[in-house]
Amino acid sequence: MNSTPLVDGHAHGDGHRHPAHQFETMEQQKETSTLGMWLFLVTEIMFFGGLFTAYVIYRHMYPDAFAAASSTLDVKWGGINTAVLICSSLTMALAIRSAQVNWRKGILIFLSLTMLLGLTFLGIKAIEYRAKFVERHVPGDVLNEPFHFELENHHEAAVAQAQDPLYPRHAEIFFALYFIMTGVHATHMIIGILILAVLWHFSRKGKFDSEYYNPLEMTGLYWHFVDIVWIFLFPLLYLLGAHTH
Amino acid sequence: MAEPQHHVTPVSTYVYVFLALLVCTVLTYFAAKADFGLLNNFIAMAIAITKALLVLYFFMELRHSTRMTVLTAAAGFFWLFLMIGLFLMDYGTRMAVVLPVPGK
Amino acid sequence: MDTIAARAPVTTTAETSFERPNYLNSSYGWKSWLLTLDHKRIAILYLISVTAFFALGGIFAGLVRLELLTPEGDLMGPDTYNRVFTMHGVIMVFFFLIPAIPAVLGNFLVPLMVGAKDLAMPRLNLASWYVYNLGGLFTLWAVVHGGVDTGWTFYTPFSTTYSNTYVIPTALGIFITGFSTIFTALNFIITIHRMRAPGLSWFRLPLFIWSTYATSLIIMLGTPVIAITILLVGIERGFHIGIFDPRLGGDPVLFEHMFWFYSHPAVYIMILPAMGVVSELVGHFARKKVFGYRIVAFASVAIAVLGFLVWGHHLFVAGESVYSATVFSVLSMLVAVPSAVKVFNWTATLYEGSISYQTPMLYALGFIGLFTIGGLTGVMVATLGIDVHVHDTYFVVAHFHYVMVGGTIMAYLGGLHYWWPKMTGRLYSTFLSRLSALLVFVGFNLTFFPQFILGYLGMPRRYWSYPPEFQVLNVLSTAGATVLGVGYLLPICYFGWSLRYGAKSGNNPWGAVSLEWDTPSPPPTENFYTTPVVTHGPYEYLAEDVHNRLTQEANFE
Repeated sequence: MNSTPLVDGHAHGDGHRHPAHQFETMEQQKETSTLGMWLFLVTEIMFFGGLFTAYVIYRHMYPDAFAAASSTLDVKWGGINTAVLICSSLTMALAIRSAQVNWRKGILIFLSLTMLLGLTFLGIKAIEYRAKFVERHVPGDVLNEPFHFELENHHEAAVAQAQDPLYPRHAEIFFALYFIMTGVHATHMIIGILILAVLWHFSRKGKFDSEYYNPLEMTGLYWHFVDIVWIFLFPLLYLLGAHTH
Repeated sequence: MAEPQHHVTPVSTYVYVFLALLVCTVLTYFAAKADFGLLNNFIAMAIAITKALLVLYFFMELRHSTRMTVLTAAAGFFWLFLMIGLFLMDYGTRMAVVLPVPGK
Repeated sequence: MDTIAARAPVTTTAETSFERPNYLNSSYGWKSWLLTLDHKRIAILYLISVTAFFALGGIFAGLVRLELLTPEGDLMGPDTYNRVFTMHGVIMVFFFLIPAIPAVLGNFLVPLMVGAKDLAMPRLNLASWYVYNLGGLFTLWAVVHGGVDTGWTFYTPFSTTYSNTYVIPTALGIFITGFSTIFTALNFIITIHRMRAPGLSWFRLPLFIWSTYATSLIIMLGTPVIAITILLVGIERGFHIGIFDPRLGGDPVLFEHMFWFYSHPAVYIMILPAMGVVSELVGHFARKKVFGYRIVAFASVAIAVLGFLVWGHHLFVAGESVYSATVFSVLSMLVAVPSAVKVFNWTATLYEGSISYQTPMLYALGFIGLFTIGGLTGVMVATLGIDVHVHDTYFVVAHFHYVMVGGTIMAYLGGLHYWWPKMTGRLYSTFLSRLSALLVFVGFNLTFFPQFILGYLGMPRRYWSYPPEFQVLNVLSTAGATVLGVGYLLPICYFGWSLRYGAKSGNNPWGAVSLEWDTPSPPPTENFYTTPVVTHGPYEYLAEDVHNRLTQEANFE
């Protein structure tokens, strides 16, 4: 009966919305779900926060190896993906706005666009992952081949070796964090797209209008949050070695 | 906050924010290309925080939210900085223990 | 509803409670329980699950004490012993101590105490119970297949590289159970914020609500960090990726930092709700407003905040920098301030109170004494120099058992005895319950006080054997554990008995004036027949209430 991740409102035969049994008014229900969603996002901040903290510590410990490893990532794809996600945030905001102004077709259009952009992001991510697999920049024994990292420029390699004799090992930590951070982020994207698909289904049935669009708003908060995570991931992962390599 | 359900933001506002975010992305790329030494980190983070604030404020509608919601969001980020800060307090002060040399 | 009407004992409306259905008999059958959205039924479900895990953890504790009866490893070898104490720790910490008070008492009482019909998200609440059990199943699977031997702390690189036991299923179990804790905490926070009854301002809330709120904050901010830490351990173990492995350039101390960033605040997740329960019990059984109500309320929040700044004291001898260790040592001592404020305020509440020594109050008084010892030894181990000496000895074991068992479990049992008539509408045996409180108190001290001495003499923790000169104290400890075990078994017996044969309690057997007693016992599904209007604080007893109490007590005996 409840398809949305948070609180739902029941549309009864008389066309008016009634709050769920534990609430007195729709207003109270809406405020409660907004606060609940934000609290959930706080847990998400701390969840990603653990990864960011580990990243900060290791970068503090091995700055040169991290810069060298970072420079092998493709800034072009990372930049395009940033733009794609920002774009999807715009379409998500516009989908909610369409509900506010009661433009039901708009909800469908913008939800579709948001999903499409989300999938584009994941596609580009797959291209990047594939490149890393080919270059054997995958840590641990995920692949049959062991991790291999060497700077192509011999001079740079010598310098890096002098500064940090174990730099290939430390580059492996960078790639471990790269895969885990982007992997956890991509998992959030996939979950987001699935929720959007459900919302799309319900908006096709005409469940959302200017009177009731709370699930859209809650999903929007989640989607924008995932965008914010990427906004931090992009400079931290892709750009930190840009000026030295 | 007479009718909190209907804060319809004009499309133009969203588009401006979107453009600002794109400009910031380009800016962060060129800032990273140039060598400012340690400053590079701060510039990159300053731009990222600006972008995050734009998303929080406009897309996530913090500007129309209750104080409680703003406080919740702020608490989350504050706790994250607290965590990173206290971790760095340890890692930033790890240094070799120098024992006093007898006779000096 | 004027003041007097709101405060009149509901016993006058006892007849209606027989006519109208309550939450227990409003519907029947397995389905009505397993699919229930009623917070009170979910609390009962949690009570059953939590008790089962407590029993399992207790069996492991018994095995540990049995092995330590003699200096030789004659009951089990070191490998088995490692698994047994690890499973004891994992089950007790993650599946009993953390959920016990919030998920059982909190679930039942939060909506009743704030005058709401239910928690804000009932489906999430039910999901929380299922998720908890799912996590429990993973851990049980690991137990059945041979358990884990890393200690409940999962220190790397042992847990990620060298241990040959079921680390990943156990870790997965803890990861999943973390979600159930978060669901519950999220529900509490938004319920307390948005669903308070008319007139129920923040400073009219019972102190249990304040401490539950503070606990929920810790859960929301801390649990995600342990989730990601455990995920990293699992990935490192599964794919041999070196994040915490020093051979691959990783830093095991980083794991300890991340682990304790959650796990130290987690001890406040365990103790804060217990403090809330004790505040209630002290106020109601001394028939006085809790002394310095606002200070006690803010102390809960202060503990929650300060509790996040002290985790480094677990790393004093792990390679943390000296500067950092000093800062964490000072911060750790600061937490003693709000904790001490609470103890002093409970004591001040008792002063010139009209104290009745009912079973719940016996537990509460036991809590105050034991928590004080646990807290003061906490200041000792927070001191850098002393910690280097007693680190990883039985002194530390005794210290945290005084806080967790002497603190949390005493308060949990006290709360259960106090609200049992509310939950079931039945009375239990006064004599047996007082006897069990006494047994728990005596048994507990006999078990753990010798461990302080053992630790101070240098007996390290987590060993299956020890030098013969430690035997006398270890025998005392094992004897105490037996008494403690009997003390814990008794309530299961007489609570079970009371369900069927216990006398009807009436609506308000204690003559308490707070909101949860202002509705029939057991409450109807919707908690209150009409939305209550609150006009006074939770502990405002008048002379006539004390008189009422005395009459009630006469009936109770």
